[in-house]
Amino acid sequence: MPDDIKQTIIEYIKKEYLDEDSTDEVTENTQLITSGIVDSFSMVSLKMFLEKKFNIKIPDEKATPEAFDSVNNIIKLLKEFTQEV
Amino acid sequence: MVYSDKAKSYFGETLNQIQSQGLFKEERFICSPQAASIDVEYPQGAPQKKVLNFCANNYLGLSSHPEVVQAAREGLDTRGYGLSSVRFICGTQDIHRTLEQKLSEFLGTEDTILFASCMDANAGVFDVVLDKEDAMIADRLVHASIVDGMRLCKAQLFNYKHSNMAHLEEKLRESQECRFRLIITDGVFSMDGDIAKLDEICNLAEKYDAMVLVDDSHSTGFMGKHGRGTHEHCGVLGRIDLITTTLGKALGGASGGCVSGRKELVELCRQRARPYLFSNTIPPVIVAAAIKVIELISKTTDRRDKLEANTLYFRKEMTQRGFDIREGVHPIAPIMLYNAKLAQDMARDLYAEGIYVIGFAFPVVPQGQARIRVQLSAAHEREDIDKAIAAFTKIGQKYNILGKKKDEIIKLYGL
Repeated sequence: MPDDIKQTIIEYIKKEYLDEDSTDEVTENTQLITSGIVDSFSMVSLKMFLEKKFNIKIPDEKATPEAFDSVNNIIKLLKEFTQEV
Repeated sequence: MVYSDKAKSYFGETLNQIQSQGLFKEERFICSPQAASIDVEYPQGAPQKKVLNFCANNYLGLSSHPEVVQAAREGLDTRGYGLSSVRFICGTQDIHRTLEQKLSEFLGTEDTILFASCMDANAGVFDVVLDKEDAMIADRLVHASIVDGMRLCKAQLFNYKHSNMAHLEEKLRESQECRFRLIITDGVFSMDGDIAKLDEICNLAEKYDAMVLVDDSHSTGFMGKHGRGTHEHCGVLGRIDLITTTLGKALGGASGGCVSGRKELVELCRQRARPYLFSNTIPPVIVAAAIKVIELISKTTDRRDKLEANTLYFRKEMTQRGFDIREGVHPIAPIMLYNAKLAQDMARDLYAEGIYVIGFAFPVVPQGQARIRVQLSAAHEREDIDKAIAAFTKIGQKYNILGKKKDEIIKLYGL
């Protein structure tokens, strides 16, 4: 799987959810929801970003906190909907 | 029987999980009216203990004010106990309309509609005002009731980093295609006591042709020179399209809330907001008392002035004692402790000292930002505040956190 997709998602998460002065590192394994970086309410913008980026529609029942809890989990979810990853 | 063993064990296990995660909320029984000093039975069965209350939303000290209680009695005598009806069948009395008009005058809006609570107001308003071709652009730290209200609405949801105006502007650009856009924020955020940048928000709203909704539950009655709320504090009276707020905090503290703002939007709520249409009307006792509250705070700003003085005094003294307090001017004064157990332990020890405060930790506040949230009131006298400061200092010394900043406290206790 292309690493640049992972990197694109990581960059989006950093830009969208971390404060400008944050020193937090985000990797493909970083817990996003559990750690509170992305709260369940803000998850919606991440879902919208992915849908736009990959031109897919993720049904609400699939957009669970578990499925969004790390970049690796997100990639797993994306694979259900697109060949691009 | 339909409550099977399987169901019983499933729900029992859920409760156990809540307990093991440290999220189980225990209620303490207060055996006196709400006030600066209250009698509490805690834990259940323990003898009553007199404590100073520093965790109520009783900002103006009106919850048990004699004139408010008297007005409630008169409401009971002249308009009865209940109405056994929703508003649009036979649940609207003359005093309901009076209260709505008085709230509009006080808030400086065109019209107001009462709800059973501000939770209900927030649950109803978005779905009425917006549809799927519209956008809701919300601050990420808005109150849970707004989050729930937005979930009930078909409009597209955008959210911006807390109080980050550049990010809000980005979202306004991203949502340019939508028909109507509503910027949504709390006036004062309940965990940090910080104030929304309503002047900048209104400027952006005008630039991008968006409406603005503010939940002013932690402001109405005392923020701003006349206590009208955050919109007065920020100098944007008349520029907020929708205000939702509560009667359950500074305004007597019983219950009830409202949506106040542009008259067409308020009227639409009256026609279509489901929590309004399908909830019972607010009881006359509360309506009559709330009218008195508005009268009292319209006549003089003494109470909000005293609250402001109490807040400044407490914040200044606690900072001098070496506590790490979120800066600000609001009577919510978060004493930052970062570690969840430390916050719980200190709150417990303070209770033993006769000071009733609560420790808050994740998920109520972000991970690693546990704190004790102190709430000042106009009901507090200087000696009450001095007692609280002395108790905090004693307990702060015990845990060796005085004069220590975030990194040092984390070094001592971890996150």
